[in-house]
Amino acid sequence: MPEAFRHESRKKSMTNKEKYINCFTQALEVPAEGVEKLEYQGVESWDSVGHMSLVAALEDAFGIQMDTDDIVDLSSFEKGIAIMKKYGVEI
Amino acid sequence: MTNDDLFSINPFSLGSDEKARILASKLRELTEFHRGHCAAYKDVTDALGWDPDAVKSQSDIPFIPVRMFKNHELLSVPRSEIFKTMTSSGTTGQRVSKIFVDRQTGMEQQKALIRIMSDFVGKKRLPMLIIDSPEVVRNRSMFSARGAAILGLRMLATEAAYALTPEMELDLEAVDGFLSRHGDGPFLCFGFTFMVWHHLYESLRDKGMKLDLSRAHLITGGGWKKLVSLNISGKAFRDAIHSSCGISSFIDHYGMVEQTGCIYAQCPCGHLHASVFSDVIMRRPQDFSECAIGEEGIIEVVSVLPHSYPGHALLTEDQGVLLGEDDCPCGRKGKYFKVTGRLKSAELRGCSDTYAAGF
Repeated sequence: MPEAFRHESRKKSMTNKEKYINCFTQALEVPAEGVEKLEYQGVESWDSVGHMSLVAALEDAFGIQMDTDDIVDLSSFEKGIAIMKKYGVEI
Repeated sequence: MTNDDLFSINPFSLGSDEKARILASKLRELTEFHRGHCAAYKDVTDALGWDPDAVKSQSDIPFIPVRMFKNHELLSVPRSEIFKTMTSSGTTGQRVSKIFVDRQTGMEQQKALIRIMSDFVGKKRLPMLIIDSPEVVRNRSMFSARGAAILGLRMLATEAAYALTPEMELDLEAVDGFLSRHGDGPFLCFGFTFMVWHHLYESLRDKGMKLDLSRAHLITGGGWKKLVSLNISGKAFRDAIHSSCGISSFIDHYGMVEQTGCIYAQCPCGHLHASVFSDVIMRRPQDFSECAIGEEGIIEVVSVLPHSYPGHALLTEDQGVLLGEDDCPCGRKGKYFKVTGRLKSAELRGCSDTYAAGF
């Protein structure tokens, strides 16, 4: 993950929603537009490599460590919101 | 019971009667689905004789030889829905199998792999040292079976480091770096059998070195034929790795690209286990009838996951022996077995075997 992003995602002024969206746009290299509709394998960059970058970004942004079951269940932007809730992160 | 239900239960929790009932119903449905969506598969199953009412258990499902995927492009969904085509790791001159995977099948395969593996190494993710070169996964659009296996297991890990350089030399700097960060806690080590033998063990031996990987669970897979041809048994392999790296937790597995995800992992008793997602049936070569426990036969594999291609019941080119069902001392339910070799005329094609063919 680029250093600039690490710094940015930890800014207090960002809402969880903004941080969450940032994780997707940075890890999957996609524009913020339409990010809510993203699904695993739905875009070329969200393959198994992109998936692990996304997981790393989420873990870093919210200071959590996800279980393997949640990593495989992280199949869409929407689904991820429910998963974040399990870790006490309200998006 | 839907596939989602299977994903919510322990992957080794179904006893034989219940499993047979669930598999029979799911595999019957899959057979009907593939007959309706893949003309070549319908022709074959017509020829084999298909009677859905006669299906009482998983062994009543018609099976096709795994080789069919080499000679035919078999798929049951529109090509536009295929997001990756997996190829078997055939050596030069051999035809490769082409397996067409859509999003649903791919996700379920990944889930099954993780569900099964985490039953062996725990739900908590651990750092992983991969005994391979990062080059194997460099090209994201063109994964070999070897790269796919690495990426599939990568999800079990918090952090992954590669132990070999692009030239397939032991990267001591990378290994030392990994060990200084994680060497004193439990971690995962993954590599294909031959890679671990040749690039880790032999390389250390030639350098006169040892490494402390004593906290590692070593996950291996991808074929033993090369090592068998060098007269190295499973026990000799484990003894050698233990003496040079201190590893005492070994998890080998059996699996194939035609049924990715449904791996058969080896418990501490040395038995390969079938999970709730799949099963093995040993068949007599004379008439394909089912072997008794303890009798060597050709391994048939069935899996409830293949949706985009008709690969839910396949006769492999491997031989094995069913050792028992539901009563392994490790506590896992389901069948447990061992692989005894490959059919004489069959090709060399395990992931590490095809790599090893170059040595």
